[in-house]
Amino acid sequence: MAYSNKVVEKFEKTLKNPEAASVGRWKPGDKDFDKVGTGIVGAPACGDVMKLQIKCEDQDGVKRIVDAKFKTYGCGSAIASSGQLIDMLKGKTIDEAKEICNKEIVDILELPPIKIHCSVLAEEAIKKAIIDFEDNDSHRKHNQ
Amino acid sequence: MEPIYLDYASTTPVDSRVIDKMKDCLSFDGNFGNAGSRSHSFGWKAEELIEESRLNVAELVNCDPREIIFTSGATESDNLAIKGAAYFYQDKGKHIVTCKIEHKAVLDTCRQLEKEGFEVTYLETNEFGAVTPEQVNEAIREDTCMVSLMHLNNEIGVITDIAKIGEITREKGVLFHVDAAQSAGKIPIDLNELKVDLMSFSAHKIYGPKGIGALYIQRKPRVRLQALFHGGGQERGIRAGTLPTHQIVGMGECFKVAKEDMDSDFKKINSLKNRLYDGLKDMEEIYVNGNLEEGYPGIFNLSFNYVEGESLIMALKHIAVSSGSACTSASLEPSYVLRALGRPDELAHSSIRFSFGRFTTEKDIDFTIDLVKTSVHQLREISPLWEMYQDGVDISKIEWA
Repeated sequence: MAYSNKVVEKFEKTLKNPEAASVGRWKPGDKDFDKVGTGIVGAPACGDVMKLQIKCEDQDGVKRIVDAKFKTYGCGSAIASSGQLIDMLKGKTIDEAKEICNKEIVDILELPPIKIHCSVLAEEAIKKAIIDFEDNDSHRKHNQ
Repeated sequence: MEPIYLDYASTTPVDSRVIDKMKDCLSFDGNFGNAGSRSHSFGWKAEELIEESRLNVAELVNCDPREIIFTSGATESDNLAIKGAAYFYQDKGKHIVTCKIEHKAVLDTCRQLEKEGFEVTYLETNEFGAVTPEQVNEAIREDTCMVSLMHLNNEIGVITDIAKIGEITREKGVLFHVDAAQSAGKIPIDLNELKVDLMSFSAHKIYGPKGIGALYIQRKPRVRLQALFHGGGQERGIRAGTLPTHQIVGMGECFKVAKEDMDSDFKKINSLKNRLYDGLKDMEEIYVNGNLEEGYPGIFNLSFNYVEGESLIMALKHIAVSSGSACTSASLEPSYVLRALGRPDELAHSSIRFSFGRFTTEKDIDFTIDLVKTSVHQLREISPLWEMYQDGVDISKIEWA
């Protein structure tokens, strides 16, 4: 199966310099971990697992994604889709991030029909990470 | 750079010795005649070359040349053997025994026969991918007309004990078809000794051209088939169609070369396999699929846990390998062969088949070792499953969405 140049480029960049491509994680105990929302989607048996983390801060009364990290097990398109999602997230407000649709990733990476599920996974990952962040956030406010 | 070719189980380049012979059968100056033309020397010469090729094929597997008919490839041979025998002998019984890890050419043919009212038993394999003679013995029923098993598995290199299984089928009066597309020319086959009734061959797996194969049809005891192609009555009416002289000559020549080179090819391939395995065996969480000791060394299948196979292939862009069979690599399903071995899905998703051959060098293997190690490391760095494994999380206990 031939991949688009966009996918290959994104994939290879991620492999060569994972840190610059936002590969990584925040774990409990890390500074500001309470500002992090985590979304894990997919399943090993299906050949795709995407783990997305977003770090959000209050800026002028709106919640904004200031940083994001990911790790992905999956085909080249799944890895490229995760990286593309990260590029789209940074600087967006939570409300803007909620609007992200898999179609944007499909268009940018020129994903063929057989790989559209990779972009769907990315959309699910951000939705899940936001829910996790909002849950944590409301707990935090509740405890304050 | 051109990628290093490590996909010999998928297909092989044509040996230059074979190309030379084929070239002589195409142009006006060469032997372009139709072997079916009985009225002039162009036809006679083509027929002579075809009979010489038939002899070359027969000599590699030690049978009578009259027991060999040419087809378009092993897929056609499998179809002709299984359907042809099933149709001819259906009054005897409509039950067929095969195995879950057969090539699709056999499995899909059996599925088709099921639609036509035949019943098929698909044997399970053990963890190494082998079917035992005992299993075959137990599976044969009163109404069994045929057993069809492959000699050498294309994905994991496991070798079936066709000698012992042939004893059982012969004793029970059941036909035995063997798909030898991957084994002919790579490991010895002696049809004079083996109690095999039908055997499929391919040329392009053994340095011959694509589009040509053969079927062995035993004469004593005589095996009969119902033809699938009808026309000019070629190949004793079993397979009509003008004989493609250049293809047949190519097949004959590659089988002849295989007979001469089999021992040296095997030794070389075995040492390359050992070199690759030695170079990779210290990696964490890798699993050999198939039988490391007793399988064919030219097909070496490994799972790299926590790395997805397709992404690994993409990272290994300087080497040409596959995750399973080329015939199914367009689908997103993990290999049905590895699943049949009882491998968990994630290990089946993480598998790579390395297959080497006559033109593979030690340098190719050393390059591969380095690239595989680097790529697997890189992909594990970005794998959330590897992270969980490192944290001591048992992935099988997680409830995935």
